[in-house]
Order: sequence, then structure tokens, then C-alpha cells
Amino acid sequence: MTPMRLTAAATLLALAVAACGGTTKSSVTSAPAPAPAASSAAAKADPNAPLKEGLKLAFLPKQINNPYETIVDNAGIEAAKEFKGEAKEVGPSDASASSQISYINTLTQQGHDAILIAANDANAVCGPLQQARAKGIKIVSYDSDAAPECRDLFINQASSEEVGRSQVRLLADLIGRKGEIAILSATANATNQNTWITYMKDELTKPDYKDMKLVKVAYGDDDDQKSFTETQGLLQAYPNLKGIISPTTVGVSAAARYISGSKYKGRITLTGLGTPNQMRQFVKDGTVEKFALWNPKDLGYLASYAAAALVSGQITGAQGETFKAGKLGERTIGANGEVILGPPFTFDAANIDQFDF
Amino acid sequence: MTRVLRWDVLVGALLVAVFATGSLTVPGFATTGNLSFALGDLGEIALIALAMTLLVVAAEVDLSVASVLGLSSALVGALWDGGLAIETIIPLVVLVGAVCGLVNGLLVTRLGLPSLAVTIGTLALYRGLAYVVLGDQAVAQFPPAYTALAVGDVPGTPVPYPVALFVLLAAVTGVVLHATGFGRALYAIGAQEQAAFFAGIRVKRIKLLLFVLSGTVAAFAGVVFTLRYGSARADNGLGVELAVIAAVLLGGVDFDGGKGTLGGVIAGVLLIGLLRNLLMLGDVSTEIQSIVTGLLLIVSVLTPRLVSVVRPALKGTP
Repeated sequence: MTPMRLTAAATLLALAVAACGGTTKSSVTSAPAPAPAASSAAAKADPNAPLKEGLKLAFLPKQINNPYETIVDNAGIEAAKEFKGEAKEVGPSDASASSQISYINTLTQQGHDAILIAANDANAVCGPLQQARAKGIKIVSYDSDAAPECRDLFINQASSEEVGRSQVRLLADLIGRKGEIAILSATANATNQNTWITYMKDELTKPDYKDMKLVKVAYGDDDDQKSFTETQGLLQAYPNLKGIISPTTVGVSAAARYISGSKYKGRITLTGLGTPNQMRQFVKDGTVEKFALWNPKDLGYLASYAAAALVSGQITGAQGETFKAGKLGERTIGANGEVILGPPFTFDAANIDQFDF
Repeated sequence: MTRVLRWDVLVGALLVAVFATGSLTVPGFATTGNLSFALGDLGEIALIALAMTLLVVAAEVDLSVASVLGLSSALVGALWDGGLAIETIIPLVVLVGAVCGLVNGLLVTRLGLPSLAVTIGTLALYRGLAYVVLGDQAVAQFPPAYTALAVGDVPGTPVPYPVALFVLLAAVTGVVLHATGFGRALYAIGAQEQAAFFAGIRVKRIKLLLFVLSGTVAAFAGVVFTLRYGSARADNGLGVELAVIAAVLLGGVDFDGGKGTLGGVIAGVLLIGLLRNLLMLGDVSTEIQSIVTGLLLIVSVLTPRLVSVVRPALKGTP
């Protein structure tokens, strides 16, 4: 029978190849890392160069119609007007790893001066970003980093370490440093969430938190419905759960919505990273006491200025270079080409009405 | 229908029209870099569409292809992470794809179940297995020599390797479908299965073979997809089955079987891909892009039916 013969042949082939070895993970990772892109290394920064006018910037968010990304991008587009540039936002309707690729190609063809990207998958976007850079386009990642060798700068919303540790501190204070806790994250390979979670786990190893136990990291994939059901699942699976940290705006609001309408309201403490508009009703009805975030408008604003400074030659992306980011003042480039926005801000019933985003 | 009015010829003409419009009005469209990318971006869909054409001509369908692609991608990631050589992983994963196809084929031919129902089931099943294999992880850092094969161009040309492979396989498929007894058998099965059976065609065996082929090609497309993006994930290729079937239908293959040409399907794949690329370059929003593709598909299914109703009426034949 033909399919059987085919199967047998393929098996033989596989075994034959296996026997003579080949390219394995260890043989690849032991090879020397490729040299960084020559363009950024060769260029020289001129801190006094004026910001060029008429720059064309493009924001490529994880997905369009995500309220948080819209705020960031719109603030960036507004900022571009301050230095007489034009900016736009384009992006895919789903946040899958592959969906940003064709947009990167499109923006490259359209000849933008800089692409600002919130990467869905740090590695999947790498190849096309390298092609864009080969054409002289500057790449600034924001919100979620691309692999460092594929971008010029990463605008970090807050020091990852500080976000991770402060989330644990926030929850610990709310639950009296005792009991089982869980994390409701975005996708399993969301770069920023994973870094924060690493620091959360590290913070939890301190003696201060010896009575707190992380029982589960769940993934709501930044999908409202999935985050909602994941919350439900967590609460059913762990009846002794005292607190949930959801370091994603989609996750924390979906979790709050579930808890506010369930028997767990008042028995479970929820905190995380959310926007005031999404969380307002849950803070007012007592489901959530405190949550944190940076100012997403400032993030977009800073990203826009950083891109302009790169294109204008004020900075090249090297550690220690400084540039002036409009009303936010001067910023310094840290290790790995990262620029940090500032410490996270805590929202509660007393201050939430001062914010509208 | 006369040759000029055949749907696949119309799709070909539409493709030329879209290409011409794009070249003249949208800057950056008709550049080697852009077209090379746009073609490369269609690689997996085009490969799977070849096998899907054969299935649909024989009045069957395989909706599980994107899940097989995802399972293959997840396996590549898990095995690579486990330290296996990529040269071992690729044939193994393709073999798993063949087995997935075999399961589909056996359920359809031995148990007599409709392929639509069977493959909706295995669509969920194989995607579920993909998540079992790799969970929500992503595996990256594949050997540059292999990722270069997936994204690189054939030396001296702007043609990406997967596209070159597609051209080769398309030529073989075209000959098999349109110039061999096996190809005619597929049309016979699709047009009238029972008549084909009584004419001595081994209907079940041929269908089984087609499903195995479909699974094999989908798994291989999963390998290409993984290397091209440099990221193995269980959710890779989510929804690709719809893009493939859209291209096949747009190319004029009748969903009831027995009709259609491979040339039409290739034109359909290119039309969907180039149109999307053009709309993106023109800054048309994602929502409008899906509306345009959706409408095009409806028109493609509707037009031949309308023509077949209207024509005899005009001629006055019953």
C-alpha cells in the first residue's frame, strides 16, 4: 500500500539521518553570536544635532483596537506634531506572532524614517526588522521588546525589576503577607510579562514573604474572554487563594469583572496593571483596592521623541547617550539600549478620578 | 462555458488587473523586495493549497491542515529544545503529518464519515495536541543555515526558496492533475463517485492517499513556517485553513467536486496575497481588508452558479 511504503521510507530516512548526527541546539548555541549591525556601531552621535522636521514615524502595536495601545500610539502621534513630524498607527487585528511581519515589510517599502513596534514575539519579528534596518530605518521597540539585536532602542515603561517587585509588595500589603497567590498573565511568551514574573518570583523568595505561596501562573492571552474564564478556573482550582496579580490591562479588568459578579468578591484580593478607565467601576464597587500602571501617554510621547532623536543623529542607541524628550526632560540610554520611562504609579479610590485614560 | 468566460481565466485576468493597478498607483508595490516578500509570505498557504486542490476536486476537504501545521511547529520546537538534530526533526515531523492525514483518511474512507465533519474534529484535536506538546511556550534560535533556507532567495534571483519549491511542486501537481489517468480519476470521483467506482477506479484508496498527502504537505508547511518566523509555537498558523480554502474556491474549484483547474487555484492564491499586500501598502485598515477578501470570495462562488443559471435561460434551453 502506497501510504505505508511512504511511511516506511520516511522512517528509514529519519533513522539514517539521526544516526549520522546533525545540527542540534547545543551545536548552534555554542557558536559565536553574530556581530551587532554595523550601521549603529559605525555611526557617531551628535547630541547637539537639531531634531529633523518632516520625519515619518509609524507605530506598529501588538494589535489594533487594544485600548491601551491606542492611548500609547495616539500620544506618540501627537508628540510627533511637536517636532513637525508625521506619525501613524497601523497593525494587525490579532496579536499572533506572525501577524506583524507583513506590516513591517509594508512600512519598510513605504520608506518610513522609523518604525516603533510593540513586539508580539521577540524573535518572529527579528528578520523583517533587520531588513528594515538594512534600508536605514530606525527601530524603536516599546511596551514589549524585540530581540535586542533587531532594534536600536527599547523604551521600557518602567524598570522591569521595579514593576515585578512592586506588584508583589502591593499585593503583600493588601493581604497581610500571608496566603496562596496566583498570577494571571498575558500570552506565555509576552516578553514584558515574563520578565516581570521572573522578578515577582524572586521578590517572593525574600523572608518577608515566607508565608505567601505562588500556586499558579495562568495565561489569559490578552483576550478578554479567555482571561475571564482563566480567573474562574483559578478560583475554582485553588479554594484557598488569597490574591491574584494580573500584570496586563486586559487580564486585570477581565478578572475584576468576573470577581465583582461572583461569590468571591471581598474574599479575594486582586491587583495588577490596569488603566483607570477600565478599572474605575471595580475600584468604586470595592472589588479592587489598588492597582498600578505607568502613564501610557508618556510612554508613547517618549518613544516618539526617542525615534526622532535616533533619526536626527542625536543618539545612536549606545549606553550613556542622552537626549531631550520634550516636556519629559532628559533621558539617558541604559544597558542593552533601554530607556526607562519612570517608576510605576499606584491608583486607588482617592486618586483614580484625576485620571482619564 | 466558453474558455474566455471560464472563472479561472477571469481570476487570472483579475490578478493581472490588480497587479497593473498596484504597479501604477501604489509606490513600493512593484519593487523586487516587496514582491519577493509578498510571495514568500504566501509560501505555506500556496503549498497546502496544492494538496487541497486535489482533495476538493475529489469532493473532499481537509479543514485540519492549519492544526497539522501548528502541531508540526510545536513538535519542531519541542524536539529542537530537547536537543535533537534538525535533520532528524524535519523528517520525523513530516512523518507525524502523514499519520495525521492517515487518521483523517481512514475515518473518511473506512467509516464513511463526511470529511467536513471528520476534519472539523481533527482540527480541534491536532491543535489540542500541539498545545500538549509545547504548551504556551515559544521556542526560538533555530540554526541560521536552515532559517536562511526558509527566508532566503535562490542565489541570483529574487525568488525565496519556499516559492521555488512551490513552483516545482505546482508543476508536478499540474501534470498529475491535468495530464494523467490519476488526475482524471480525481475528477471522475468528484463528479460521480459511484460511476467512478464502477469504472474501476479505486475510490477509497485514492482518497486515503490524498488525505495522507494533505497531512504531509501541511506538516512540511509547518516546518517552513517555523523556520521562516524563527519561532515555534502551538498557535502558529491559526486560521490558515480558511485562507487556503478561500484561495481554492476563488480559483474556481467547485466545492461539490469534479471541476476546477490548478492554474485557477494558483491565480487565486496570488490574487488574495497581492490584494492584501496592496491594501496594506495603501494604508487600508485591517477590517476593510477582510471585508474585501470576503466579498471577493462570495462573488467567486456566486458568479459561476449565476452564469450556469442565466446562460441556458438566455439560450432558451430548459
